[in-house]
Amino acid sequence: MKYTYYPGCSLKGTGRAYEESLLAVFHALGVALEELDDWNCCGATTYMSYDEVQSYALAARNLSLAKKTGRDLMAPCAACYLGLHKTQNYVRDYPWIGHIVEHALTVIGYSTDLSVRIRHPLDILLNDVGLAAIKAKVVHPLNGLKVATYYGCQLVRPYALFDNQREPTSMDRLLAACGATIVDYPLKTQCCAGSQKGTLPEVGLDRIQRLLAGALRVGAETIATVCPLCQFNLEVFQEQAGNAHPFNLPVLYFTQLLAVAFGTPLKQAGLQRSFVSIEPVLAHREIAYV
Amino acid sequence: MELKRIVKFEVERDPAFARWITQNPGGERIRHCLQCGLCSASCPLSLWMDYTPRRLMHLSREGFKEEVLSSYTIWLCTSCYACAVECPKGIKVTDLMYALKARAIQEHFYPKRFAIPELAREFSRMILGWGRITESRLVMRVFFKTALGRMIGLSHLGLRLLRTGRLRWAREKVSRQIEIIGLLQDVAATRKELAR
Amino acid sequence: MSDTRTPNSALKIGVYVCHCGSNIAGTVDVHAITEYAAGLPDVAVAREYKYMCSDPGQELIRQDINHHGLNRIVVASCSPLMHEPTFRGALLKAGINPYLLQMVNIREHVSWVHTNKQEATAKAKDLVRAAVRRVCLHKPLEKRRVAINPNVLVVGGGIAGIHAALTIANSGKHVYLVERQPTIGGHMAYFDKTFPTLDCAACILTPKMTAVGAHPNITLWTYAEVAAVEGYVGNYKVKVRHKPRYILEELCIGCQECVEACVYKEGRWADEFNMGLSKRKPIYLPFPQAVPQKVLIDPDACIEFKSHRCKKTCVEVCGERKAIDFNQKRWFDEIEVGSIIVCTGFKTFDARRNVYYGYGRHKNVYTALEVERLINASGPTGGNIVLRDGTQPRTAGIIHCVGSRDHNTNRWCSKVCCMYSLKLAHLIRERTGAEVYNFYIDMRTPGKGYEEFYDRLLDEGVHFVRGRVAEVTDWPAHPSEEGKLIIRAEDTLAGFVRRIPVDMVVLSVGLEPQADAREVRRLLNISCSEEGWFLERHPKLAPVSTFTDGVFIAGACQGPKDIPDCVAQAGAAAAEAMALADAKYVELEPYTAHVLEESCSGCKTCLTVCPYSAISFMQETKTARVNEVVCKGCGTCAATCPSASIQQNGFEDGEIFEEVEGLLAYA
Repeated sequence: MKYTYYPGCSLKGTGRAYEESLLAVFHALGVALEELDDWNCCGATTYMSYDEVQSYALAARNLSLAKKTGRDLMAPCAACYLGLHKTQNYVRDYPWIGHIVEHALTVIGYSTDLSVRIRHPLDILLNDVGLAAIKAKVVHPLNGLKVATYYGCQLVRPYALFDNQREPTSMDRLLAACGATIVDYPLKTQCCAGSQKGTLPEVGLDRIQRLLAGALRVGAETIATVCPLCQFNLEVFQEQAGNAHPFNLPVLYFTQLLAVAFGTPLKQAGLQRSFVSIEPVLAHREIAYV
Repeated sequence: MELKRIVKFEVERDPAFARWITQNPGGERIRHCLQCGLCSASCPLSLWMDYTPRRLMHLSREGFKEEVLSSYTIWLCTSCYACAVECPKGIKVTDLMYALKARAIQEHFYPKRFAIPELAREFSRMILGWGRITESRLVMRVFFKTALGRMIGLSHLGLRLLRTGRLRWAREKVSRQIEIIGLLQDVAATRKELAR
Repeated sequence: MSDTRTPNSALKIGVYVCHCGSNIAGTVDVHAITEYAAGLPDVAVAREYKYMCSDPGQELIRQDINHHGLNRIVVASCSPLMHEPTFRGALLKAGINPYLLQMVNIREHVSWVHTNKQEATAKAKDLVRAAVRRVCLHKPLEKRRVAINPNVLVVGGGIAGIHAALTIANSGKHVYLVERQPTIGGHMAYFDKTFPTLDCAACILTPKMTAVGAHPNITLWTYAEVAAVEGYVGNYKVKVRHKPRYILEELCIGCQECVEACVYKEGRWADEFNMGLSKRKPIYLPFPQAVPQKVLIDPDACIEFKSHRCKKTCVEVCGERKAIDFNQKRWFDEIEVGSIIVCTGFKTFDARRNVYYGYGRHKNVYTALEVERLINASGPTGGNIVLRDGTQPRTAGIIHCVGSRDHNTNRWCSKVCCMYSLKLAHLIRERTGAEVYNFYIDMRTPGKGYEEFYDRLLDEGVHFVRGRVAEVTDWPAHPSEEGKLIIRAEDTLAGFVRRIPVDMVVLSVGLEPQADAREVRRLLNISCSEEGWFLERHPKLAPVSTFTDGVFIAGACQGPKDIPDCVAQAGAAAAEAMALADAKYVELEPYTAHVLEESCSGCKTCLTVCPYSAISFMQETKTARVNEVVCKGCGTCAATCPSASIQQNGFEDGEIFEEVEGLLAYA
């Protein structure tokens, strides 16, 4: 099994731990990943706010490159995942967009074949690798660690391709297979307010507070995320959000929890990059880690 | 009390704006909007908006351009797609919000030093220059331009990000940047032609 | 203009061109056409007249037939849909076969769609020429008469079925009423009060139910379904499958001592009639006013069926009557009826599909039907509106349009929900004094007395919030919301989002076609609309007929509607069925297809394409045969047959070719 890997800008910066743990987990499972050569920014939500069609063109370059590799394209960042899918759909559904984008691709000498299969690691792990193979790799079961799985928006909306749109369970099943207890977190698909914490701080902070309070309310010991921005919001601003009552809630990428379960050394799982360490919780749950 | 006399005359409407919104991808069904308010109720940010998404949809399709483009609503939208998914008429509200944002940025319909459009502009500059975003540099530039004081206030976070290796200064870039430039320029050129 | 057909002296054609006032004459040179027609081979007479369809116009034709011995008539005027029967009538009166007529449409097809007089006239001439050639090959045809069996089958025993059955039975005809549930009454039996009069539903329904049970002209079969339907209008053979109650209906007197005596002292199985809000025993009476008043046994619950070792106290107590029979098997009845009225009703939208409303997740979220049962005096709580923990709600929220007006679930408006939501608001407020909030998008109250009912509610202090609800949550965002269910909606009239904490949430679920509507429609050889409702022949002018003669539809199975409309449609369908029966026979147009057996190769292609299942394969001759009574003359089989072995009366290959030749014969 081999996939073309599209990291996206965040996984090289604030979301570094996502990339590290992702690579470690896939390596442990024997799934090869090759980073898409000379990938460019997908545009995410910000470029889309600046110029939609240029945004599609940017994403399309990646799709064209990926199609050439002959393998499925894996995009772990939820915004990239959505952006790439949206581009594929809109180029096809709106002929005028398709015309502009294909013209631009041709001008720079690229193929206009954008039909690469865009996958998410959750999808690949569940459906290609399979729970059995994952269970087999678990050396440190998560001993009922209470996890609030937080999917956020862009992974399930508007395209819910491998999971239920309103009640997703893919991450739940994956982590449960490693021994975690998934708590019933009704806010699991509510928006974290994205970049608003930076631009409209009081709005952003309010959303972050609610999500964190909600997780604690249902007894979560950690939150598992799929999106670098969600993770950033919930963890980096946690201190500010907590104010007088600190939350002390570790927020990890689901791949980091998998990595712990697989016995991956801390550094390889990117755990040293956390602002709120998971180590006390792991100790409390008597989960051995490397 | 400060009294204001408001009556809207038909000549104040901008039919071109109304037409533009219906022609936008996702806006094909906007005339079907029943004003049920499900979008506003699903929206996590609607509580802060001056015009709720529902109201904005109606204002847009009626052509009240000034109200729409100067609203807070379009800037508060985080594109979480909750409205688009729930809308019982299949109106892709999120796509319309993107279009309105882009238009407002183009036409400079926002207060000076407002962070969100500045972020969008800096983002696009970085793409044009390097093809990828180096988060640290982007954040610095935007804060510098819009909220220097706040940036200083968050400096301890910045340091911590540095310590945990999450803030990298090294420039992320595409090696064949000329392709990116060519791509973006061609899109702009084709669009200009189509507009003619 | 050349015309290569050889004249035939036996034919005497009369051509009549109509002015239709200025409708035709304004654009077409009628005189020129008449002159042209006079010059065509075998045309004995060619006339023009201002209004051919009028009495003098028809008289013209009749006189010419008598004086000149005309044996073929061509009328160039309006669409046959308008006046073909009129002119056929004229031919009949004059003593010649009415099918020796061909109409040419020079109004809808020429004068109404063209502006250039020259070109229009030329076109009209071409069409007349074609018709003259065609009519030569017309053969005399006879309408068939089919006798109508006066018995009627009514499928479904809800209010529509009941009303239809009673109406027909009162006229002296025999009705078979087949109902799938163990009792008749349908959805109306669940309700407490009906809008807008707030009549007690049972009080107005049960007399009708009893009347059905007692009527000498109605054979009531409950716990039975239609298994197969064969035949055609006036002559349907229907097979009815009876499900075993394990009770001999003729012997059971409905005393219910068996229920009392059952080894289960308490009910353990969800009581379907109370929407699962209470429990029943394995042996039970569906509800106290059930018709027929007979118990039945649920084989999945009864111990005797599982272990065969029950004490059978029920049998003991039944004593001499011996009405219980554990060995009862399903059985069939075959009946012959002339028409069928389908009144199979609707089902409600499954509220679990709207995940954010929390039905099934939060215990105090109810559907409207469940609340009806709570309100009903013979319901699970004796008419007390209480929450799951037995306490009364102090606030209630009623959410309109659940599963309606939503392209994610059902696009249509279910028509009755606004009214029943108002009714529930009134009843909840009246019984409990609770603060009631109705969350609506539009208030749809179009019927007689409906807007006045809304006015009444407005007086009663119910809160009306115009906004589609996004979610029902139990997570408080404010101390005042602790322990409540919070409804989040935008109050669109006020312009901001509101959170309203309530004790009880009522979901006004919409109406949907029955789950097996598509299977049932195939059984009855009728169609469904795209959404799954049974398809009427014409939405405005024929709402209770279908495209299958002799099968009528009435009530909510045709589309969501309230009780007055169901009853009105039931009466209409009954009238149609009675009209059919009283006419004693039906005349069928002779434009049917027939198989030329000598050349039929038995390939069976025609069987697969017939939309009316009118063709069957004869094993003895290995050829196809068209049932000319069921055949609608659509022509599909004739066009499909690879060996041209199917010809259609009035549209034989020869006739069509002649018409085409006529059109193409130009200089």
